[in-house]
Amino acid sequence: MSGYFSSRDLAMRFGGIRAVEGVSFDVQRGEVFSIIGPNGAGKTTIFNMISRIYTPSGGTLHFDGHDITRIAPHRIAGLGIARTFQNIELFANASLLQNLLIGRHCHSSVSVLSQLGFLPNVRRAEVEHRKRAEEVIEFLGLQRNRDQLIANLPYGVRKVVELGRALCTQPKLLLLDEPSSGLNVEETDEMAFWIEDIKKDLGITIIMVEHDMKLVSAVSDRVMALNQGRILAMGTSAQVQSDPEVIRAYIGGEPEVVS
Amino acid sequence: MNRLKTSYEQDLRLARRRWDVPCYGLLLVALLLVPQFASTFYVGEISFVFIYSIAGVGLMLLTGYTGLVSLGHAAFLGIGAYANAILLANGVPFALSLPLSGLIAAFAGVVIGIPTLRMSGLYLAIATLAFGSIVILVGEKWHSLTGGFDGFPVPHPSVLGYVLEGPSAVYYMALGVLVAVLLVAMNILRAPLGRAMVAIRDSEISAQSMGINLAFYKTVVFAISAGITGLAGALFGHYVRHLAPDSFGILLSIQLVTIVFIGGLGSLHGAVFGAAFVAMLPQAIALVRDDLPFGMGRLPGLEPSLFGLILVLVIMFEPSGIHGRWLKTKRWFKSFPLHKRAAFRRQKTYAKSDRLR
Repeated sequence: MSGYFSSRDLAMRFGGIRAVEGVSFDVQRGEVFSIIGPNGAGKTTIFNMISRIYTPSGGTLHFDGHDITRIAPHRIAGLGIARTFQNIELFANASLLQNLLIGRHCHSSVSVLSQLGFLPNVRRAEVEHRKRAEEVIEFLGLQRNRDQLIANLPYGVRKVVELGRALCTQPKLLLLDEPSSGLNVEETDEMAFWIEDIKKDLGITIIMVEHDMKLVSAVSDRVMALNQGRILAMGTSAQVQSDPEVIRAYIGGEPEVVS
Repeated sequence: MNRLKTSYEQDLRLARRRWDVPCYGLLLVALLLVPQFASTFYVGEISFVFIYSIAGVGLMLLTGYTGLVSLGHAAFLGIGAYANAILLANGVPFALSLPLSGLIAAFAGVVIGIPTLRMSGLYLAIATLAFGSIVILVGEKWHSLTGGFDGFPVPHPSVLGYVLEGPSAVYYMALGVLVAVLLVAMNILRAPLGRAMVAIRDSEISAQSMGINLAFYKTVVFAISAGITGLAGALFGHYVRHLAPDSFGILLSIQLVTIVFIGGLGSLHGAVFGAAFVAMLPQAIALVRDDLPFGMGRLPGLEPSLFGLILVLVIMFEPSGIHGRWLKTKRWFKSFPLHKRAAFRRQKTYAKSDRLR
């Protein structure tokens, strides 16, 4: 297997529907790798297979020397893979801080019994988790919303909180599912800066599903275009965007030259 | 008002506000003195509130914090009650039989927890309902162990040679267990376990992606909830003095659910408020029974229908329960002339239809 993360002949079938078929790609350490494609191309399905919400119908997934094709879904975070969700899956009736602390869960090793008594080791671990969460709060500038319930926060902030919760797991690989959807232009620009920072300062590898081509071109090292579960093109953002197959998938025919 | 915080430790304290320690301390002292002044009737009534509060805290952890509805919790109460009584009758000292009754109920919680791991919502409610009925049936038929319909007399507990008998003894036992259970529940809620519970309640799919093992935590919460309810059952046994299997049926289960809904889901205060309400309601009905017009007070089924009616009204008009009403009242006084209705209105959630299940 080559690459930090690699997918080989990945396939997902729901009954007769071939959502993903024969998808192979490698992501190098420290890279921002974007997946684009029209609706229903299978982008989120690939994410759901990587985070093991779905079990692939075929093919293999490897990350950092581990075969992750069939491991239990809750062990993914411990291996260093964190994700965000397209439609925001935050814990709506908990505070922002609690949401970030839940992101620390995969680093918590205190036993249930010692938690019942809140023994000193639990207390020490909690202070440590809080420090980590505060670092993320500072990184993303979320201080003023720290104690607010997620249900009371605007959409744009929730999107950032989801990113923060993923960062709290101290991931090596971050899966971002449409980080800019529902954000306005300024918020999208801000998201682009954060993705750059996450890559440069924290050294985290990123796989991103995204529709906003401006964001994709700004941050991606490589881009993969999918259509109907198959790979159409792979390469730099400019290469993929000028690929005739990709243009046909999006626009539905050869671009006509108006004379 | 909040003081400036200077360390993360401050957020981990049990008493986080300035008035917490004096207020709850005074309340505890007052409760400790009650049996010295109050008549046996009121001591008994308040003990009953304590016992319901313990069970309410147990169910609150499961339903209010983890989002798993159980319509069979009376079965755990029954298991705890019978376990304690049978152990006492066989010469096990009370200091052992009480925690053992909690452990046995917790084990029963694991037994019902594991097969229902993949269920939630209505399906879980039905499964727990069935479990409750099965436990009652076993209690009725297993004559050699439970005495069946003849009932089972609960022996007086004794600790270090002192026989604990009478309403005051039950009162202090229930108060002691309630305080202990509340402390454990507060510990759970400030530890990773409590956060995992809230995460499972709000979004199983992302809880899993954050590394939370759903099967493990659901089983643990079922066990803890059943264990606490079992402790309430043991005390319930000492309160009623004579156990019969059919007193732990669906009606009691619904009373327990009413406690957590009326009290306010997701709040330990709510569990206690709700328990006080549910435990006192029959007495309140008894007080006005004779004055009701058209002989309504003599109608059979008045009590269960009132429970049902109140539950429906609370769900319709105050979904956050007594605790929510309390918070709103407090806020109204704090911001007195500037109160606005929208302060507690929540935004609509986005794109729920696309959520993964």
